[in-house]
Amino acid sequence: MSGLGLQVAAVTHRYGGLTALESIDLTIPPGEVTVIVGPSGCGKSTLLGILGGLIDPSAGHVTQHGTPAPDCLNPLTYVFQDFALLPWRSVAGNVALALEHTSLARAERTSRIAEVLAQTGLADFADAWPKQLSGGMRQRVGIARALAVRPAVLLMDEPLSALDAQTRDLLLDDFAALIARAGATVVWVTHNLAEAVRLGQRIVVLSRRPGRIKAILPVHGDRQALEAQLWSLIRDDAAAADRELTA
Amino acid sequence: MTDQPVPFRARGFAPVTRPLAGAATLLALLLLWELGARAHLFATTFLSTPTGIAHAIAGLIASGELWRHLAASLARLAWGWTSGTLAGLAAGLAIALFTTARSPGMAIVSALFPIPKIALVPLFIIWFGIGEGSKLATLGFGVFFPTTIATVAAIDAVPRSLIRMAQSFGLPWWAITRKIILPGALPGILAGCRITAATAIILLVAAEMIGAERGIGAFVLQAGNLYDVDALMAGITILSALGLIVAGVIGALERFLLRWR
Repeated sequence: MSGLGLQVAAVTHRYGGLTALESIDLTIPPGEVTVIVGPSGCGKSTLLGILGGLIDPSAGHVTQHGTPAPDCLNPLTYVFQDFALLPWRSVAGNVALALEHTSLARAERTSRIAEVLAQTGLADFADAWPKQLSGGMRQRVGIARALAVRPAVLLMDEPLSALDAQTRDLLLDDFAALIARAGATVVWVTHNLAEAVRLGQRIVVLSRRPGRIKAILPVHGDRQALEAQLWSLIRDDAAAADRELTA
Repeated sequence: MTDQPVPFRARGFAPVTRPLAGAATLLALLLLWELGARAHLFATTFLSTPTGIAHAIAGLIASGELWRHLAASLARLAWGWTSGTLAGLAAGLAIALFTTARSPGMAIVSALFPIPKIALVPLFIIWFGIGEGSKLATLGFGVFFPTTIATVAAIDAVPRSLIRMAQSFGLPWWAITRKIILPGALPGILAGCRITAATAIILLVAAEMIGAERGIGAFVLQAGNLYDVDALMAGITILSALGLIVAGVIGALERFLLRWR
């Protein structure tokens, strides 16, 4: 079996007295696109942070199984909702950041940067500052940076949520194609159900806080029916989460 | 109701900057000052005139006096400010990055920062002697604390999301410090430099007024003792110019280093 899979075992996470996630057991199969949906504040992003080792869970653990491809420089690679670009580096400089500390030779680094910029439609923007780019172009830089390290697992933290609806639709198709080409395992967190059924091979539904796994649905056949089914699963939780006071 | 145009109601509250008007105001004031003196509206033994100051400065330049004092002042400023800034940067970095340094460091900085540094000049003279040592200590000490505080605040304000991003790509500690934290904190650090440069000039003059033969501060004090108002105000003018030049250099540095903003 090729690629990297992840296994979440009995993960619980608390922020102070607040339980964000409770008893999560989840298998992320290698090479698949798993989408995690749930009402706001259900711990989706926390779960993603735990999956890639950016958050230390209060209990339980995550294990990775399989072997990344030999040219993989950073097995668990994130794309962030707020893009997380360095404003003082150009587009090419932001992609370079992911490669500079690796063993990649300088010439190879340059050609790798040019390659991912071309893939993401950024070739003409290599020298632009992030502040000059639209939100959609900024997130293209985010995905270019992620692709540059040849990731084994792409961890997408609501990558389209900061964008307007039209830009989101535009990028969705591009990102789906890029991801398919990269051949990585993908975990995609979103609150957008249309996005979930469009992208996912499996959809994990979390309940409202404390987040538990409510359902795991395979994606096939009628996507509209599936979206309706997802909404019926989430609706009451979303309504209750909406009325909740924040701590 | 009859047809009426909708009146524009968002007038005002939008002042326009006119640099020429500013320059013209200053020139007019200088002119008034000069004319006032020529009309004997005030005694020039108490207040010099623009031409009197200009003559005094020209005389200082011709005699080489200006350079003798300015060289001493600039050297103290450069050494004192640079050493205080470097030490403040190092302390600020340690306090901002390490738990072991944070609370102890902040406690020391908070306790010593409010001391008026001019009050320490006599103590520094006892410790480091009447010569250059006490002057450097006054400047360095005065620059150190604001630099430390500005550095800590600037590093604390670097978005956590950028640090997490760097960690997610496996950047080692030193690379994160060099490529994320320092550039991210640079705007705040440079804003701190603006303040410490002004502080340094104030402390320089104060330190030079005690036990210095050379330096613009000493020159101003001597001129005062001799009731030479023209020379005294020439010294003040030179100090103002020095402040303007230093602020201009930092402004240019900001525009260059922060051109990504």
